[in-house]
Amino acid sequence: MKTRYSAYYALPYLFWIVLFVIAPLGLLLVQSFNNIGGHWTLANYQTYFKSGTYLRMTFNSLWFSFLVTMVTLIIAYPAAYIMTKLKHAQFWLMLIILPTWINLLLKAYAFIGLFAQDGSVNQFLTLIGIGPQQIMFTNVAFMIVAAYIELPFMMMPIFNALRELDPSLINAARDLGANSRQTFMKVIFPYSLSGVRAGVQAVFIPTLSLFMLTRLIGGNRVITLGTAIEEHFLVTQNWGMGSTIGIILIIAMFLTMYLTRERKGRGKQHAK
Amino acid sequence: MKKLIGLIVVVMLTVGGLFAINSWLTQAQHPQTGTKQVTKARTLTIYNWGDYIDPALLKEFTKETGYQVDYETFDSNEAMFTKIKQGGTRYDLAVPSEYMVAKMRRAGMLEPLDKDKLTGLQNYDAHFMDRDFDPQNRYSLPYFWGTLGVVYNDKMVAPGEIKTWNDLFKPAYRQNIMLIDSARDIMGMALASSGHSMNTTDQPTLAAAEGKLATLMPNVKAIVADEIKTYMIQDEAALAVDYSGDAAEMVANNKHLHYVLPTGISNLWLDNLVMPKTVRNKTAAYAFINFMSEPEHAAQNAEYVGYATPNMAAKARLPKATRTNSAWYPKQAALDDLEVYQDLGSAMTQRYNDYFLEFKMTNQ
Repeated sequence: MKTRYSAYYALPYLFWIVLFVIAPLGLLLVQSFNNIGGHWTLANYQTYFKSGTYLRMTFNSLWFSFLVTMVTLIIAYPAAYIMTKLKHAQFWLMLIILPTWINLLLKAYAFIGLFAQDGSVNQFLTLIGIGPQQIMFTNVAFMIVAAYIELPFMMMPIFNALRELDPSLINAARDLGANSRQTFMKVIFPYSLSGVRAGVQAVFIPTLSLFMLTRLIGGNRVITLGTAIEEHFLVTQNWGMGSTIGIILIIAMFLTMYLTRERKGRGKQHAK
Repeated sequence: MKKLIGLIVVVMLTVGGLFAINSWLTQAQHPQTGTKQVTKARTLTIYNWGDYIDPALLKEFTKETGYQVDYETFDSNEAMFTKIKQGGTRYDLAVPSEYMVAKMRRAGMLEPLDKDKLTGLQNYDAHFMDRDFDPQNRYSLPYFWGTLGVVYNDKMVAPGEIKTWNDLFKPAYRQNIMLIDSARDIMGMALASSGHSMNTTDQPTLAAAEGKLATLMPNVKAIVADEIKTYMIQDEAALAVDYSGDAAEMVANNKHLHYVLPTGISNLWLDNLVMPKTVRNKTAAYAFINFMSEPEHAAQNAEYVGYATPNMAAKARLPKATRTNSAWYPKQAALDDLEVYQDLGSAMTQRYNDYFLEFKMTNQ
């Protein structure tokens, strides 16, 4: 009796998912097969795969997302590891989360203030004798801001994974003669991989379609697929092409999820 | 089971609530009942660009005519087009740019203007009337106009250094030019720099223009939208390619900035008052158009907004320094070289955008 009810409990969620997830995705898919005159066509996909511009843009998006993900991972992992050792871990975690409460646009504008020609960073550089540098509208600036914005999303899952690690496992490893490097490589890191995986997904996927930053911080010198989508929906009003790129992004996201999925077999080999 | 029902109720309520809000909004915009009609007859709904009218004028209009003004704003022609086209709105007046007037006219979204109900038509400069986008001004009256030009910072660029579009290609401006993020304007600039029409549809010419534009890339610091104003005001770059309207705002905020209209071909843009088919209160709409055609009101508006007025009688009322400034009010010879954008159709618009996107992807 009880189990039958619990299946019904899923109904509202199902309802919700169909209305607000499946239906919009379906609409996007249908749109992507429409040309500007509203006719059923595959032309959008043909244009996409034939055009060097779109393919290069896709490569750009993937490359920048990869770099941003790597940068956040390199910063977030040690930080999360140290945080788990601290006394007031929750407090530090909150400080990390705090910036996510601020609107993205505001943060971007704050960085404009920092990186501008007479911004704080350049004033500091002048003070120590290096002289003002061009920071705005460079790839580096875009990477810094994107990494800053995505950092909490990388840090949180890693922190949670590390915190759930049973300390007795580490003690056992040390008792059995592993040095600290070995303990980390063989015990701590493999156990925190689930967190890393979640973090990579949470950072890589949204970074693929970051578009506002490419204009505000990158000055459109950094072009990602998001730029093209925005243009197709707002300027050329070619919703079909915009949807096509949207669908390609979604496929890219599924691919990312697939590539970073939990592999069941591997754990067993290690367990030996 | 109770929990389950509760959850379903929550979802249903959310969906139902959204529908209710939607229909309430539609209802509010389409008053059907008699009593509401009476109050609505005293309202004029204007759909205009943000900060594009002196608010004091709206108050004065209400005082003079008794019509309450409901003022809504948009930030792009395309957004306005989509919103009016989708229906559910009751705008009496809107202010599209010239190419959008043509597009709306072709889409049957505009109400013809009854010339007998318009007063003060003689105040308008003939140069801005009877243009290709709306022959004989059947559907529109010009509201403001301007050009596409170059803003320079006199700390980094000497006055007179920029005379033509080609001057922007000088190696001296390496990494020092900002461009407005608009395919039509930047591609148009490249075309104009080689003496081609900004309405070119010829494929090889467009490709050549993109090729030329790519050689400008080393000089380009950024391609940005509205932020261009902030950046220029903060001395971030020496030069910017932008509309005179944006330029007026920049110049007002930084005394080192100046606007020049390069000699040769450039763009003449016009924003125009039109009556969309959604009009409910024609009497009020005509009253407002006539109110804005009056020289003192048009002059007051031009001083507030800072754009150029097509109203000759109003221009005569502006301070001498403004009306003789050839950056804002170019001499007739320069005016004759200006081109109004034609609506090139969606396939061509797409092509311009594809070229522009390709240009953006140019590596330095």
